[in-house]
Amino acid sequence: MPQVGVSPPRVDGLDKVTGAARYVDDIQPPGVLFGRTVRSQVPHARLDAIELDPDFDWSQVTVVTAEDLTGPNVIALITDDQPALVPVGGNIRHVDEAVALVAAPTKPMAEAARKAITLVTTPLEAVFSIEDSIAKSALLHGEDNVFKRFEIKKGDVALGFAEADHIIEHTYRTGAQEQMYIEPQGVIASWAGEAGAETVKLIGSLQCPYYVHKALKALYELPDERVIVTQAVTGGGFGGKEEYPSMISAHATLLARKAQKPVKLVYERDEDVAATTKRHPSRTIHKLGFKKDGTLVAAEVDVVIDAGAYATLSEVVLSRAVLHAAGPYKIPHVRIVGRAVATNHPPHGAFRGFGAPQTTFAYERQIAKAAALVGQDAFAFRRHNMYRLGDVTATGQTLRESVATEEVLAAVEATLAKPGPRPRVEGPSIKRGRGIAFYNHGAGFTGSGEERLKGQATLALLPDGRFEVRSSSTDIGQGAQTTFGQIAAMAAGIPTEQIVVAQPSTDLVPDSGPTVASRTCMVVGHVVGQAASQLKERVEAYAKANDLDPQDRAAVAAHSPEELQTTVTYRPPPGIVWDDQTYSGDAYPVFGWACCLVDLAVDTDTLEVTVERCVHAVDVGKAINPRIVQGQIEGGTLQALGWALWESVLYKEGRVLNQRMTNSIIPTAIEAPELEAVLVEVPYSHGPHGAKGVGEIPMDGPAAAVANALEQALGVATDELPLLPETLDRLTRGGAA
Amino acid sequence: MKLELKVNGETRSVEASPIARLLDVLREEISLTGTKEGCGEGECGACTILIDGKPVNSCLVPAAQAQGAELTTIEGLADRCGYGRQGATPLQTAIVEWGGTQCGICTPGIAVCAQALLAEEPAPSRERIREALAGNLCRCTGYQLIVDAVAAAAEASAGSQA
Amino acid sequence: MTEYLKPASLEDAYAARASHPDYVLLAGGTDYMVGVLHRPAPAGVIDLFGLEGLCGIEVSGERIRIGAATTYAEVLAHEALTSAFPSLETCVSEIGATQIQARGTLGGNIGTSSPVGDTLPVLLALDAVLELGSARGTRRVAYAEFCTGYRQTVMAADELILAVELPLPAPAIQFWRKVGTRKAQAISKVMVAASATRSGETLTQVRLAMGAVADRPVRLAGVEALIEGQVPSAELAERVRAAVGEAITPISDIRSTAPYRLRAAQNLAARFVLQQAGAPA
Repeated sequence: MPQVGVSPPRVDGLDKVTGAARYVDDIQPPGVLFGRTVRSQVPHARLDAIELDPDFDWSQVTVVTAEDLTGPNVIALITDDQPALVPVGGNIRHVDEAVALVAAPTKPMAEAARKAITLVTTPLEAVFSIEDSIAKSALLHGEDNVFKRFEIKKGDVALGFAEADHIIEHTYRTGAQEQMYIEPQGVIASWAGEAGAETVKLIGSLQCPYYVHKALKALYELPDERVIVTQAVTGGGFGGKEEYPSMISAHATLLARKAQKPVKLVYERDEDVAATTKRHPSRTIHKLGFKKDGTLVAAEVDVVIDAGAYATLSEVVLSRAVLHAAGPYKIPHVRIVGRAVATNHPPHGAFRGFGAPQTTFAYERQIAKAAALVGQDAFAFRRHNMYRLGDVTATGQTLRESVATEEVLAAVEATLAKPGPRPRVEGPSIKRGRGIAFYNHGAGFTGSGEERLKGQATLALLPDGRFEVRSSSTDIGQGAQTTFGQIAAMAAGIPTEQIVVAQPSTDLVPDSGPTVASRTCMVVGHVVGQAASQLKERVEAYAKANDLDPQDRAAVAAHSPEELQTTVTYRPPPGIVWDDQTYSGDAYPVFGWACCLVDLAVDTDTLEVTVERCVHAVDVGKAINPRIVQGQIEGGTLQALGWALWESVLYKEGRVLNQRMTNSIIPTAIEAPELEAVLVEVPYSHGPHGAKGVGEIPMDGPAAAVANALEQALGVATDELPLLPETLDRLTRGGAA
Repeated sequence: MKLELKVNGETRSVEASPIARLLDVLREEISLTGTKEGCGEGECGACTILIDGKPVNSCLVPAAQAQGAELTTIEGLADRCGYGRQGATPLQTAIVEWGGTQCGICTPGIAVCAQALLAEEPAPSRERIREALAGNLCRCTGYQLIVDAVAAAAEASAGSQA
Repeated sequence: MTEYLKPASLEDAYAARASHPDYVLLAGGTDYMVGVLHRPAPAGVIDLFGLEGLCGIEVSGERIRIGAATTYAEVLAHEALTSAFPSLETCVSEIGATQIQARGTLGGNIGTSSPVGDTLPVLLALDAVLELGSARGTRRVAYAEFCTGYRQTVMAADELILAVELPLPAPAIQFWRKVGTRKAQAISKVMVAASATRSGETLTQVRLAMGAVADRPVRLAGVEALIEGQVPSAELAERVRAAVGEAITPISDIRSTAPYRLRAAQNLAARFVLQQAGAPA
């Protein structure tokens, strides 16, 4: 009876549906103080002074500024350019940047204390757009405001365009998007131990305990074992809790250290929306050359993403953006240039898709236009140009296995043959349109990323005979706990109920790498499976050597003086060759493939859009738990539909205007169509049972499908996101972006 | 002000401002943390509880107004429906089995609201389920498996009554 | 600490209001409680939720009288009310969602008098009459005369809204369209409410009201006059569209733009006429 490819209910489901699951704000350590953050109100300025209102009663309030730092004032990540707190004399670089912290015994007192601190600043010239940053209207970083630049070249685009019968060049823009996890960011920090031997403990709503661990180690100059980071049950992340938790953890631990009491720091919704990371806004200039029979010959792509005030993760987002910019198509001549530029926006960061949705939007809009120009059906044009097994990508990677391009197209077509949902709107003002998008998503880290990461998982025999999975991969809703349990059970040949997954805490689990990049099942799951089967062998060997019944694992555990465990380090499949300098080679171990079709109706009276049908075929290699995979596809799809149709981040002079859920909306159950997710399985030899990633790919394509459908419905070029009714109003009047 | 609240069948006495948010009184004074805060303004529904069987946003209910009513939080939902204090209703079980919960933060609010829907309308259409749950935002599931779970629970209980 | 007054009768409520005109009038709380933690605590509140003299829906030959403390859910559950006034039913069903509808009240919506109050354009289009009361007695005010400015009304400091009356017979033709940022839990960007009666082929007793396009809900009297006594047609719809364009000047704000609001308002007013153009006499 296989334990994978089946859908046992998730192991944490009952706790969640009965309200027993404990998230950060549900945990109330005795004597805990409540923290609040004092933030800048200006986008770019020198910080001259931090003033505490002398009439306020500060006797029960702990105040922390950069002066209280004993180690480097930095949130360690990649280029380490972001401070934990702006110091007096230093520069504020974005609205809502953290300058000071307060903690008090009650929330109202903490909030009052926050308001009793004034920042004195001298304004500096600020930059709020990609255009202004490139034009250097003010210099924020280096010589040219560019944090990072990548270039990918294949063939010779000049030659390619010379051969083309048609060349189309357009500019595509996408706006920021807020992750809007329903549980806001929050952590609880405490210190323990004697002076000189203190340990800091952090419980948080987070995706990557070891990222926070690394950041706190650097901040306090502590060794590994004196920083303990534990993930609490986490109410959504989607990338928004990938790097940001290091910042909020730094703040809470600073307060806790000074107050000598535990501190809980939980953001209210407006602060979370305003101050934490969001999807990078982008501008992509895409030039596509093709023959009159539809054969693609050249693509030249210039993508710029708005990094915001600090580099943070932008170079990695940019990397994925450029590596996905040529899409799932054979194009002999390609040149892709990407830049991440500095502005005075709060830093943009990780959000499901991580750069790929932005460039996918651009290329699928171009493909739709190209198909229309040569009069080819949407599916036929894509079939004509799509990768097949053995083809070589824009970075020179030969696609040796697991290419599901035909399968996902066919899956959508097969689904269309079945009747769809009933129309949701009718009337004389309704216009309808259909659009598709076709795309791929590299699973796991780029190139040699996994090699460098050396992610590990440990399987251990518990006293009661169950196997415990220890990894730093966090379940943030995507069912990692359940999936790991199934993989481990299958590998060890024991029932799924005999597997338990440890809560990720850095004192208990090894670093498996971050819970990002759609790698959790494919990479860490793979290692979990290997460790589970190795542990089973160890247990059997031990039993045999000691004359015990190998099935009585509790007896084996009792007999062994030490805990029996195995740790496996991930080794990427051999033959992955990647050159970071030329940005060429095997960009990802394998790609997932997908096709999304959207039928929509526009009410021309109000330009409101109703999605009437949404079919999304996604190749995941192997669905370990099909119900969980289905949930990932459906959830990601609606987030992408939201990015296209309903969600927007309104910046004005660098400040987010729509900070509350009232005005920063996400789709309700009524906006959501009856989503038809189709699981396609074209296995990957190096993934557990053939599994690849699924977390992000559903986000990449639906927005382009929506835009393509709207172009068909309204006859206007829908080259920007979001396509709110107000945007459609402007476009149908002939207005520019 | 001293307030007497009847929560999950038990009378509790708390000291709070009359316009304290009922959500805060439940979570902080009575330590019932199953009801969550997602937005603080009645948009997300994570704070949904029942007042006399009707779903409301507890972040918008002044605590004093909750007196004299039967309040049911997620912790008391199963018991209210006859499945015991530590139990789960068939709807709650369906939500788990169908994959209608991922990160789980919206799940208590969804369960409370959907349970009330089924009490009023034992056989709601899928459209009606979506409408009834429109005040419960979920960011993880896309709502599909939640609607499937509620529809399945409705059908199962119809079957068992036939 | 905020004083909490829960009057047991209308008389008690009048007395409380007269003694404490600064105390917050609390009904369902779905508007007041948003952001309550970020405002200084009020000196006191007068809780009207469930007050008997403010509850209940009465149907007589001439009108339906809805108590001010009637919740949206109670409106939707009242068959006689919803069948006579489908535009009110549709309007109320689109307010918030289940949870908001369980607590929000008609009187609260009227008293808050926000430019984007959802029920307000419908009340204009249905010739609603308000009953106001105080220790000094009661008076009736046509809803069309109730709003005097941005969140300003004719209510005296000691008055309460007692009830809303919708005159019968209800108009045979009723139209309601809310354009929100999404289909539920949405603040309105544009609202159009209309009503009329057929007299042979023509439309009479035309009412056309809009919300979210001015500092208060408005009736477009000039546009009403264009339609009054006319046979609905595509050509009339175009004239209406143009006239609406002259009659309102909506703003751009966090939720929408002026050009969009104007276009949607114009289209929806034209749609009202077009729907009648297609309808049987």
